[in-house]
Amino acid sequence: MRRHGAAKIIVLHLGVIGLLFLAQFFLPAYHQSNAIRIMVLATYAVGYNVLMGYTGLLSLGHAMFFAAGLYGAGLTIYYLDFTPLQGVGFGILSACALSFVFGLLALRARGIAFLIVTMMFAQALFLTTLYFNEITLGDQGFVLSEKLRTMTIGGAVVKFSDPVVKYNFALMVFSACLLLTLVLARSPVGRVLVAIRENEARTRMLGYDTERYKLLSLVISGTISGVSGAAYALLFAYIGSTFATIQYSIFPLLWVLLGGVGTTLGPLVGTALMFYLIDISSDYTSSYLLVVGAVLLVLVLWFPKGILGTLRERWLSWLP
Amino acid sequence: MNFGPHLFLAVLEGTVSAFVLAVTALGLSLVFGVMRVVNVAHGVFFMLGAVLAWWSASIVGGQPLLGFGLAMIVAPLVVGAVAVAADWLILRRVNYNPESTIVATIGLLYIIEQMVLILYGPDARPVPAPVYFRVSFPWFGYSGYKLVVIAASAVLLLGTWYGMSKTKLGLYMRATQQDSQMAQAFGVPVRRIYATAFALGAMLAAMAGVLIVPVQQAHYLMGMDPLLLSFIVVIIGGLGSLRGTIIAAFIVGMSDGIISVFFSPTLAKILATLLVAMVLVIRPGGLFGEEEP
Repeated sequence: MRRHGAAKIIVLHLGVIGLLFLAQFFLPAYHQSNAIRIMVLATYAVGYNVLMGYTGLLSLGHAMFFAAGLYGAGLTIYYLDFTPLQGVGFGILSACALSFVFGLLALRARGIAFLIVTMMFAQALFLTTLYFNEITLGDQGFVLSEKLRTMTIGGAVVKFSDPVVKYNFALMVFSACLLLTLVLARSPVGRVLVAIRENEARTRMLGYDTERYKLLSLVISGTISGVSGAAYALLFAYIGSTFATIQYSIFPLLWVLLGGVGTTLGPLVGTALMFYLIDISSDYTSSYLLVVGAVLLVLVLWFPKGILGTLRERWLSWLP
Repeated sequence: MNFGPHLFLAVLEGTVSAFVLAVTALGLSLVFGVMRVVNVAHGVFFMLGAVLAWWSASIVGGQPLLGFGLAMIVAPLVVGAVAVAADWLILRRVNYNPESTIVATIGLLYIIEQMVLILYGPDARPVPAPVYFRVSFPWFGYSGYKLVVIAASAVLLLGTWYGMSKTKLGLYMRATQQDSQMAQAFGVPVRRIYATAFALGAMLAAMAGVLIVPVQQAHYLMGMDPLLLSFIVVIIGGLGSLRGTIIAAFIVGMSDGIISVFFSPTLAKILATLLVAMVLVIRPGGLFGEEEP
């Protein structure tokens, strides 16, 4: 049965990636640029989902990992003349290191205390970006010029401001992270994470070192969020402290809840839907956060499993 | 000014913010203690209090004292009603599950905040102080209203202490906090106690908002800082411990006030936040709390 499921799952995921690839030839320019943003942000949600969906740890501080990727890439490209890819690499490393150190400290707290610690650390990082505003320019932020976002790879000049490059880079980043979580979810490690989510005490009793698994999950989750942040800095060229605010910790929570907690494709569905919901509603009202609040309430009250979670429960039990 | 008077001013400012913070954080602590609910919308209740104070002042017009008196009645009533409705329509339906209530109160935060933005606008608006007199010290004059804030906060703190320790309602609340199932078995109407605790917590925040607004101006985003500071206080004081909350409010409020006068407020906040995170890491129950929450 598992083998039978495996074929379907692989076809589904490769199909989604294939459709996203083909979409760039059909989508009008406006929706194409939306799709780039959705893919980058969905990567962030994918990272968040590893911790919340598969390990069952709720975080209100993921903006710190996103911001670590964003600033790690942005600052090195802006000040240290890193090439775009070196910058992105450094951003990812920063998020990875931050999530490791943070995990060592924060995972000692559990339950509500863990949640509040995530929020506090993220707030401290946000305030730090304001404090060093001579470098980060704080709220105002700074912009990566087109020249800084150009590099030569194997003789060819690649401009990360060109829509085609942007689209395919975003798609590559998203696909890689999506497939990584798919492999993770179906691997023995992923099973242990789910076991921790369902019952940590029992998992520990079965002989698994749950602390190490939780740390691993946090590092993977934080690093993927950093990948998204670094890609965001490179593709959208703007780096500011807004991205470190608590709002940016709440967004991935919202996207994952909407798409379906603990489903591999849920983050993409949730991000895309929310993006267009806000896009459409901003034609009518300037306070799009009202929509965010309403969606959060509706999800909690009537729809706790999200879209793909409900689908999985009702009809598609093989959905990973 | 010399160092001595400067320090005196800092202590005075610290005392004012410590008292207001104590009232706000007490509300958060009450809700967490009795219901085990982390109310992310607590800061919005504070902000609603401030906005309602502006509204009362503008209705009465020209008579700040009357406006203040009206606000002290209207703000807790309105905000309490909002809280009861939220408890009834939202929190009860998700069965007070810790994670669902957090998500739900985030939703509530955005909805209330944006409603205020739509109805009240994005401007920060001043509210006149109900009484105006200056207390003159040898080195500087000090706004007398701030001393009124201290007195009023002290009354609210004492009132809460009296209610919790001497009345039947307080007894019910403490019983529910210790063991809600056992309390129910002994005939405590736990659901109604939950609604009451949520409303009282919100009302304390609203009254703190009314008290602070003549010093600080009413703005739709003003709830974020008190929310985070209240979190800090409730954590240091021990999740759910009222006495710890008040002690911690004074430690945090005073040090925040004093550090902000001498150093950069942002740096003070960064240090406080990291310190608190570390407190939680080392002692998850808080400094004055039980070992395990």
